[in-house]
Amino acid sequence: MVFRAWLGFETRVAIRFLREGRLQTVLIMVGVAAGVAVIAYISALVTGLQKNTFDKTLGGQAHVTVQALDDVVTPARLPQSGTVLFSDVQAKAQRLRSVSNWQSLLPLLERRPGVAAVSPIVSGGGLAVRGEATQSIALSGVDLDRYDRVVRLREKVVAGVARLDPGDAIIGTELASDLGLRPGDRLAILTGAVSETVRVTALVDLGVRELNRRTVIVPLRLAQSLLGLPGGATSLDLALHDVWSAKDVALELRQQFPYKVESWQETNAQLVSALNAQSVSTGLIRLIVLIVVVLGIASVLVVSVVQKRREIGILRAMGATRGQMVRVFLVQGGIVGAVGSVLGLALALLMIYLFTVFVRGSDGQPLFAIVLPLSLALQVALMASACGVLAAIAPARRAAAMDPAQAIRI
Amino acid sequence: MSTPASASTALLQLSDVRKSYNIGLPNEAEVLHGIDLQVARGEFVALIGPSGSGKSTLLNIVGLLERMTGGSYQVNGNSVGALDDRGLTLLRRETLGFVFQFHHLLPAFSALENVTMPGLIREGFVSRQQRNRARELLAAVGLADAMDKRPSELSGGMQQRVAIARALVFDPPLVLADEPTGNLDTASSDEVFAELRRMHKERGTSFVIVTHDPRLAARCDRLVELVDGKIARDEPIAGNDAPADAA
Repeated sequence: MVFRAWLGFETRVAIRFLREGRLQTVLIMVGVAAGVAVIAYISALVTGLQKNTFDKTLGGQAHVTVQALDDVVTPARLPQSGTVLFSDVQAKAQRLRSVSNWQSLLPLLERRPGVAAVSPIVSGGGLAVRGEATQSIALSGVDLDRYDRVVRLREKVVAGVARLDPGDAIIGTELASDLGLRPGDRLAILTGAVSETVRVTALVDLGVRELNRRTVIVPLRLAQSLLGLPGGATSLDLALHDVWSAKDVALELRQQFPYKVESWQETNAQLVSALNAQSVSTGLIRLIVLIVVVLGIASVLVVSVVQKRREIGILRAMGATRGQMVRVFLVQGGIVGAVGSVLGLALALLMIYLFTVFVRGSDGQPLFAIVLPLSLALQVALMASACGVLAAIAPARRAAAMDPAQAIRI
Repeated sequence: MSTPASASTALLQLSDVRKSYNIGLPNEAEVLHGIDLQVARGEFVALIGPSGSGKSTLLNIVGLLERMTGGSYQVNGNSVGALDDRGLTLLRRETLGFVFQFHHLLPAFSALENVTMPGLIREGFVSRQQRNRARELLAAVGLADAMDKRPSELSGGMQQRVAIARALVFDPPLVLADEPTGNLDTASSDEVFAELRRMHKERGTSFVIVTHDPRLAARCDRLVELVDGKIARDEPIAGNDAPADAA
């Protein structure tokens, strides 16, 4: 009975007041719905966009890479104090160098908490030749199982079977079409003076055209011999359980080991700042729309309080307490927020549907997946309802502060 | 003054009640200058007076809708002076019913819902029992067929009969009526007044009725006239049907 009675009076009167002020109620609910739709749509859109950008960029990248320190010019003699040194120091050309002692570093890195996988890589430039055609390539020598754990290469195979036995190679899709290659075909790889013929086992789509045009993945040993680094690895690629911890992990490794350690955030500084700017703008838009929604609800309720002065007076005379009158208006705000957010979420779903139907890339496929996750929908709905109640506070207090004797007199 | 009731059976007891507006401002004005008034259970009192005499203010103070600024007031044995807003509201709920002018029903609610509203305010829901009681009362005032109509669909006289049913739904010891027949034609006016008298007779509820209409005032049992914020006249009227327990 207590449960049944809770807010019974307030809810019934609130609903009736809202139904009575038809046009006003419809207008404000449409207003709230529009606001909620914008918030939900923008959030879904930006989440989809960021996830897409993120996947595309990080898909073929390690979260943290460990490389040998850059070669630097060491001055022959330290300048003495008080002397001025006129010198023209030319930066050294960075030759390919192996991460020293990478074999013993590998298990150390693998044991670190937070590290999901470590893969040694030998990478360098080269040329792919087939018949008359020549393409410059980025050559990577990897241990396929380890590499797969870092960049999920097997998920990106579009033709053939990912296999890296001696003499095998996995290449990007664009490169395959440029050179007219299919799985099973052979191509020659040239680096400096060394040349080697390999057989294509699989084509991969790494999500970025430029990568697809350049990538040739071969067994570690083959790359070592092609690039003249027997037994070496130019870098160790790390995959982490938590992508966002990359920066901290990189910092720790840098302090611990004499290597050049970079996180994906550092290699993609522009991307990170772009994503941040996007998130901040989205937050700002959401905040402003929310403020507009709150002000809209508040202004309609203020008018409603003035219109309902006599009713408020009558209810007070009949024994309604101030608290009850406050709650009548808070409940109205909550209902407007809740109904508005249900309508708004429906509208957002429609907008998302239209986006996926009408906005397509050059290949006729949707640009990226944009979905409205239930958690986001609930969060937005909850926020809008809470804002409805919040918006009603000032009008509700005004209603309660009304002197019933004066309210009745009107 | 010359009231027939003793203090122990008094329903209302006002002594030296004063009311000022705009206290502390240059336009401060006292509209009630020390009212002494007792009303016993079961009385049917007309409160008359010219416009601006303070009779509505007095009714609001009696009805716990406004606070007095001086004096003391007891209703149904409860001293009013020390109560806060919530205390006043709860006491009002228990003790008083109101009949205002005819546009004082809740327009968004049907006749029946208007009558069950006091129950909804108290309990948060309307029990079957309360709904039945509201139906009985509406039938008793001759509105058995109009229960589901909105106030805007009812005539002024019908609206006032709904208001009477609403005031009586919890059987308060006192009903206050502020110009209950104002804006009504003579026939409707008589009808509504007859209803008030009938309820008084059948239930023994006390009534205090503010009216401009000398014709109606003459049909009450006691006449209190307010002039310039003071009681100028307070006398019984003979010849009307007296309630069972009146002296």
